[in-house]
Amino acid sequence: MSALLEVRDLRTTFPSSKRSAGPDDGLPVVDRVSFDLSSGEVLALVGESGSGKSMTALSILRLVPKPGRVVAGEVRLGGENLLDYPVTEMRRVRGTRISMIFQEPMTSLNPVVTAGAQVIEAIQLHDSIGYADARARTRELFVEVGIPDPDARLDAYPHQLSGGLKQRVMIAMALSTRPEILIADEPTTALDVTIQAQILALLRDLQRTRNTAILLITHDLGIVNELADRVAVMYAGRIVEVAERTQLLSNPLHPYTQGLLRSIPARSAAGDRLPEIPGTVPPPSQWPSGCRFSTRCPARFEPCADVMPEELRPAGGRRVWCHDVARNTNPQTDEHGEEEA
Amino acid sequence: MNVEPYIASNVVTLVLLVGVGFLVAFVRRNRLWREAARTLWSRRKVAILTVGLYLAIGVLDSFAWKGGVPEDVVDVLPNAPLTLVDRLFLGTREASYSAPLAEIEFYGGQPLRHPGTHLLGTDILGRDVLYLSLKGARVALLIGGLTSLIAIPLALLFGVGAGYFGGRFDDFVFFLISTLASMPGLLLLITLIMVMGRGTLSVCVALGVTSWVGFCRLSRAETLKLRELEYVSAARALGVSEPAIVLRHILPNLAHLIVITFVLMFSGLVLSEAVLSWLGIGVDGSWGQMIDGARDELSREPIIWWNIGAAGTALFGLILAVNTVGDAIRDVLDPRTLRDSP
Repeated sequence: MSALLEVRDLRTTFPSSKRSAGPDDGLPVVDRVSFDLSSGEVLALVGESGSGKSMTALSILRLVPKPGRVVAGEVRLGGENLLDYPVTEMRRVRGTRISMIFQEPMTSLNPVVTAGAQVIEAIQLHDSIGYADARARTRELFVEVGIPDPDARLDAYPHQLSGGLKQRVMIAMALSTRPEILIADEPTTALDVTIQAQILALLRDLQRTRNTAILLITHDLGIVNELADRVAVMYAGRIVEVAERTQLLSNPLHPYTQGLLRSIPARSAAGDRLPEIPGTVPPPSQWPSGCRFSTRCPARFEPCADVMPEELRPAGGRRVWCHDVARNTNPQTDEHGEEEA
Repeated sequence: MNVEPYIASNVVTLVLLVGVGFLVAFVRRNRLWREAARTLWSRRKVAILTVGLYLAIGVLDSFAWKGGVPEDVVDVLPNAPLTLVDRLFLGTREASYSAPLAEIEFYGGQPLRHPGTHLLGTDILGRDVLYLSLKGARVALLIGGLTSLIAIPLALLFGVGAGYFGGRFDDFVFFLISTLASMPGLLLLITLIMVMGRGTLSVCVALGVTSWVGFCRLSRAETLKLRELEYVSAARALGVSEPAIVLRHILPNLAHLIVITFVLMFSGLVLSEAVLSWLGIGVDGSWGQMIDGARDELSREPIIWWNIGAAGTALFGLILAVNTVGDAIRDVLDPRTLRDSP
């Protein structure tokens, strides 16, 4: 089965003023990230703040804010590398084939343009259809994303809409041109819990009815459990583990994933201290040359800090990058270490 | 093809009126602006009507046509284009000073040609002061309006460009701003007018070139803020091109600043012209020139007070009204009150 979106060894760096001695091209905020996204699949990209989740998404769309840039890798959409596309071609890809919704619905709509007009503009941007048709399609989209009283909302300004409604408008806008892939960057973080549940249900419905692939970026494992088919865990710019949702949540292999799961409140008994992963994600300039998690890892041993772990492929289509897992697995598990050191 | 100046002026005025018509239509169609306009009207009726009166006088004084001058009128050139305001005061010229509504000349006591008709008296050349004051309205509006039309687009071009695209262009704009800011404004103004020659247009250009810096800085700062907002990122993620983002997402969100700046700049510019007139490089027919000319008359015995009084009052009235409206506009268009209104 060939994937709809194949990301291979993606590397995005920001120029560093401090490490002038380094031969490299700056600080890699996204480093050798590879994953596949199949049609109709929900892949969750999970990690702490600063782990490079959003940068990965922006790299795919080639919208990395300056002075950062994608320096290596491939982003194959239907077999073609988006990183080779000229700027105008890329602009057509955005919106028509890959759309993105953002974390903060309060500021993701232009305050001086009505909600309807913004969706209409998005439609007319890529489809040469008349205003009346675009407006009719917008109304349908509003119904589809569950906006009550769509006729009134078409002419409402963003400040007249609640956060949940704004996020629904954003989703309508992102879906307006029927993209194959929807990147949702923490789509529910800024919403309160009941609205979160509604938006997640909406995304699930849309993914089912439209067969849209969703790249879901979140730090909330509860949302992962609600929505994701597969999960990629990121730490400090690298993917450390990829697995099916059920596998990952029931049997995490990487110590970082284990730490994340342990620190979910519901999993510890009342009265106990909530387990945490000690420390914080180090800034890119202080990343170790080996496994990035080695500074905080409870299972670290000799080579961890110096040698980058190779990719391991345990059973069930999983992938994990960890020396400890490699040490503990039986020799018969074949190790497809990718060629480079 | 040589178009006579008065025809060009008529056409420009007509174009401006059509532009104002479109603006009104836009405000009426767009709910946010319509509500702002309504609030503004309910808060500052007198000031708005005053500005409207000045505007009406200015417009009436902008359409000129030839002919229709009675044979016995000697104080205008034959076949000169005259406006409605000119025609109202045709043939009212005296030989010298007349006090307001006087029956005889102020100095000498000779009987006047038109006794009791000069509501605000006449100046040393016998011209009706009310007439001169009315003529000044057009000049003031021209200076304020034309200069704003030069300065604000200039400021937006540099400010939004620098704020949005950053990099080299930003450095260049800041170099320009710093350079302009480090030169004494008045000196630069005088130099520019000297270089370009006197005249309404060159005064407006000079004032425009020296007054865009403040708004440029403001619009750059605001653009820096706006371009980081998520609706700009969202627009990019939807594949909107950079120029379209500037036009659709940055500029409309600067609109309230543009309106406020225009109104507040306007009064400042009219006052600046008065200063330039005092230095002898102002625009012909402005209130500033009337005041400048009336300075010497203040030293006469008895004092000629109506001349400077009329020009000063006219100037003061316009500035006060515009500033009052501007203040209210700032309140009404303040983003916070704009967003929170239901």
